[in-house]
Amino acid sequence: MNKISRRKLIVSGLAATAGASGLYAAGRLAEKYGLIPPDHGGIYGLGETLTYASQRLLTRHSLAREFPRSSISPRPFQNELAPLTEDFKRLQAGGFADYRLSVDGMVAQPASFSIADLKSYPSRSHITQIACEEGWSYIAEWTGVPLSHVLNLVGMLPQAKYVVYSSMEPDTWDSIDMADALHPQTFLCYGMNGSDIPVPHGGPLRMRLPRQIGYKNIKFISHLTVTDNLKKFGKGLGSIACEYGYAWYTGI
Amino acid sequence: MATLHSDAALSVPAAKPALRHSALVRVTHWIITLCFFALLLSGIEIVISHPRFYWGETGTVMDKPLFQLHIPSSRKTVPTGYNYVLPDANGWSRALHFEAAWIAVLTGLLYLIYGFVSRHFRKDLLPSSADFSWRELWTAFVKPFRFRRATAAESSSYNLLQRLTYLFVIFVLFPLAIWSGLAMSLAFASAFPWSVTLLGGQQSARTIHFFVSLALTLFLVVHVLMVFLSGFWSRTAAMITGRNGARKERT
Repeated sequence: MNKISRRKLIVSGLAATAGASGLYAAGRLAEKYGLIPPDHGGIYGLGETLTYASQRLLTRHSLAREFPRSSISPRPFQNELAPLTEDFKRLQAGGFADYRLSVDGMVAQPASFSIADLKSYPSRSHITQIACEEGWSYIAEWTGVPLSHVLNLVGMLPQAKYVVYSSMEPDTWDSIDMADALHPQTFLCYGMNGSDIPVPHGGPLRMRLPRQIGYKNIKFISHLTVTDNLKKFGKGLGSIACEYGYAWYTGI
Repeated sequence: MATLHSDAALSVPAAKPALRHSALVRVTHWIITLCFFALLLSGIEIVISHPRFYWGETGTVMDKPLFQLHIPSSRKTVPTGYNYVLPDANGWSRALHFEAAWIAVLTGLLYLIYGFVSRHFRKDLLPSSADFSWRELWTAFVKPFRFRRATAAESSSYNLLQRLTYLFVIFVLFPLAIWSGLAMSLAFASAFPWSVTLLGGQQSARTIHFFVSLALTLFLVVHVLMVFLSGFWSRTAAMITGRNGARKERT
């Protein structure tokens, strides 16, 4: 009995040490390869990190499912909208001719773009699903300029890790990693189902990430900041949604 | 363990009795129990934000649902017939749901590997083809309604109905819950599109996930009911300490 117990003790001790150092090494590796989300703290940090890390490993380059034109939803649902600001209404009255998207942060040349500027760049479309965390979803054709095109124009610096995007809607901002920012289906979206994207759907400019949940697809995008550190933004969790207990990474 | 008191040593029988449930089965059983309650609670909270179900790829309040639950919602955009809106709980619910799912899946994997390697599935759960008969199944089905205490033989192994039910839960319901859950993930679907199309679309996956969860909950209710009928304390003690008839030993 005594001998077995001692052996058991030594084996479990060794196993625990190996486990702890394995976890530590895994943590360092995950950090190095960008597999740790900014909202990795707190009681749900384990789940958030496992989801983000595993989906990054499995889906870094995968393309969101695209659908035939016939599956476009005839009546796309317009979700609740916060009251539009006076500034926004003024731009809307002018047909958004004065609407600007400004880009700054870790870029060679900070710049500002009108909707007409964005439309002058090569345009791309995809027919994809937008799904809400509540459970509903619809399919539409989304048209815009790939975010990567605009990031190239401003000369994004190689050490950049995230793109922070904010809306004309007060206190509305979010961020994505480079896997999503440079993904070919990530659009600065100005068109929907063949015409300009309507205001209730985020017109004149919406961030469109077909591999992430609806709330990450922020409406009325007016400002992009390229950065290597999310700590400086808000509470440092990576998005305003995180400050209300919602996940930063929403591939699920 | 290293130092046994003499009186305790006396009560240790010469031959160690076989455990009713191995340590790994007991530990994984309770971890998955905890996860299941977390998944159930957070799942209900998430459903409350859109208690409508559809078939196919898409569905919103603009579309006719396959069916809807007549409960209040946590979103005012959902027509429910109730004149109030419940508080939004989706932030923590989604986080808890995915975290509990991760722990349940990893624990379940450990259990699966153990089950195959230790022959737990073959010895304890797989009925031999000679054992299978409809009469046996019927006997097992009506037995609990006679409200008799389990005999020693019944307490040390599973009958045909129990074996088939456990196998169905482990190899059909749990995998289907995980699959239909993952199929709702836009990023997972981008890497494995067949996982969604095989289920009939993203909204179909959600509807299937709902029914599989209902089936698992039904299993839980019947399982706990059976534990009560066959002696709550002795059955529960067996799943905690691993020993049968823990109560008897103490007297």
